[in-house]
Amino acid sequence: MKKFTKLGAVSALSLIVGASAAFAENIKIGFIDPLSGPFASTGTNGLHQYEFAVDYMVNDKGGVLDGKNFEVIGFDNKTSPKESLIQLQVAIDQGVRYIVQGNSSGVAAAITEAIDKHNRRNPDSRVLFLNYAAVDPSLTNEKCNFWHFRFDANADIKMDALTDVIARDEGIKKVYIIGQDYSFGKSVAEAAVEMLGEKRPDIEVVGNELHPIGKVKDFTPYSRKVISSGADAVITGNWGADMLGIGKSVIENGFEGPIYTYYAAGSGMTAAFGESGKGRIRLIAQGSINPIASEEARDLYNAFLEKYPEGNIDQSRIFNSIGMLARAIEEAGTADDVVAVASKLEGMEYETMWGGTMYMRPQDHQVIQDMYVGVHTDEDVEFDFDSSGFGIVTESVVEMASKDIATTCEMKRP
Amino acid sequence: MELILVNLIDGLVTGLLLFMLSAGLTLIFSMMGVLNFAHASFYMLGAYFAYQISIALGFWMGLLLAPIIVGVLGAGVERYGLRRVHQYGHVPELIFTFGLALLIEELVQFIWGKNQMPYNVPEILNFTAFSIAGNSIPAFKIFMIFVSVGIFVGLLFVLTKTRVGMIIQAALSYPRTVEALGHNVPLIFMGVFGVGTALAGLAGVIAGPVLGTFPGMAFVLGSIVFVTIVIGGLGSLWGALVASLLIGWLTTFAKSYNVRMEDILNGIGFSTPENMGESALRDLWTITSPQIADILPYILMVLILIFRPAGLFGKRHQ
Repeated sequence: MKKFTKLGAVSALSLIVGASAAFAENIKIGFIDPLSGPFASTGTNGLHQYEFAVDYMVNDKGGVLDGKNFEVIGFDNKTSPKESLIQLQVAIDQGVRYIVQGNSSGVAAAITEAIDKHNRRNPDSRVLFLNYAAVDPSLTNEKCNFWHFRFDANADIKMDALTDVIARDEGIKKVYIIGQDYSFGKSVAEAAVEMLGEKRPDIEVVGNELHPIGKVKDFTPYSRKVISSGADAVITGNWGADMLGIGKSVIENGFEGPIYTYYAAGSGMTAAFGESGKGRIRLIAQGSINPIASEEARDLYNAFLEKYPEGNIDQSRIFNSIGMLARAIEEAGTADDVVAVASKLEGMEYETMWGGTMYMRPQDHQVIQDMYVGVHTDEDVEFDFDSSGFGIVTESVVEMASKDIATTCEMKRP
Repeated sequence: MELILVNLIDGLVTGLLLFMLSAGLTLIFSMMGVLNFAHASFYMLGAYFAYQISIALGFWMGLLLAPIIVGVLGAGVERYGLRRVHQYGHVPELIFTFGLALLIEELVQFIWGKNQMPYNVPEILNFTAFSIAGNSIPAFKIFMIFVSVGIFVGLLFVLTKTRVGMIIQAALSYPRTVEALGHNVPLIFMGVFGVGTALAGLAGVIAGPVLGTFPGMAFVLGSIVFVTIVIGGLGSLWGALVASLLIGWLTTFAKSYNVRMEDILNGIGFSTPENMGESALRDLWTITSPQIADILPYILMVLILIFRPAGLFGKRHQ
């Protein structure tokens, strides 16, 4: 027995030594997003997609720079900007040079500012910020910096595509805009009002309101207002529990029209909407899941389902960000000099397996890509979300959406 | 006008749901002097258990079984956890319940994951009971009202009209005397804790399909329950009811009507500053009632604590 224990201890030790030797060469990617609290599901699903993306797209294919692997490390920021900055410091101390984050533009603003400062003060340990979902336009406008890259379309680009679709629907005369009370929610509302005003001046905005983020227990009073306003359509940028809350509530309380959203899929939401949201919930996203855009994407999705049978690929931009980062590192010939990597990311054109080409605009580091508006349904669904039979089926495509959208960014390069 | 009626009903539903949570908490507090931080976690457990049972046996068995399981769990927590910690005083008890709340949240995430659960209203109640000016009132809400009112009447009856209730009330104020008379006070404590948590569990069962079943559900409701029992008066069932309804209606109406601070201030004689952009009080002037709806109960609590520290119906005699 004693011998056995000894053997166990030795082998465990050698495993640890072996593992750390293997990890020494890894390129570390720090994932800073909520892994606990009301938005835990959104964050955790993002982490799973990242972990899978680096294994499937990079590590299993021999890594980058002759055998270096990507390693994703999760840091829980509890959706708090303050906590994020602590976690950012922890990540940098652990040797992370690539930060990915996406949930909440408030957090992203704090991180991008902190990274800018850090990089100026510590030229030896500079880091890049790959933003995969925080879509407040200011991040690539007045708050832009050289270290920040956005792989998701920003709120204005999404609203531009969404309002194109709304403008085509002659039945819509009145819309109600509701969102979370923070920078992103406000910019969604502003963009919606402005763009609807240009494209369909006859549409009346009958409600425009913000609610506290992550704190509303019951959305009934809000949905009462939506219904009594006589709105034909609802526009919301809500995500996580707030999206499900408002969506379920307006449908249950008698709203009949379509709900245009940014994030009403996956993370248990698709299953929870189920039959009640069929043909009603529309969302704007990059990449087409149904029908799937390419064979490569189909293989990847099936491999993902093998690893996470209950999982969803609801953020295909995560895969794009890893693909583009890997290519930039290969082209730069280094992973340590992030300036070189960033210079390769700038202006990169990348054929994505999710459909179309991605172009990283050098002037503001905003990716330009095809945008898809899909509908929540159970018909013609190859890849459902939440194993529910329901999924998002593409209804219309806007190619290279808003590729000439103006930016106020004045990029300072090192 | 119709909207007022609709809001009255919505507020009633919110308030009664809050009551089911606060009733158990206030009883437990008055009896043991313990603020049970894990109370809302039992509410969450109720929802998850009911969801799990509803998959196999349907919603109604979930409604019946889940609160019982939660109650038994609660009684177990009292018997094997709180009772042992009790001898060390109130602070360790508080810390114990706080830790329990964190533990339950982690456990729930461990077993069910972090996603929303597709726990839905049962088919038979999934229709519109009636509508008022285009606003439909789902039948499930009416069902919620009936369940909560039934619980209130039942509790009131047990506490005031039965022998068990008499002993509980006596044990509330004079535990040593009751013990000397030959009653098993620890057993009563355990029973009350069990029933209190079962009520929280029941609230979870009927709230889960409407408010969503996810690991953060205890967190979003946790603090408001404490506010309710402070406003109502610690230990008072009527107080809990009145405070719950008050909070339910207060928040519902504040969210439904866009009352602007500007109008209120103008109404009481202040004039709007000329250049709002530079005014130091700009944020105050531009507040609307939906924005502050969720902090109104806290403001009410502060006012109550200043002017009537024992709460609306509380009798402070320590």
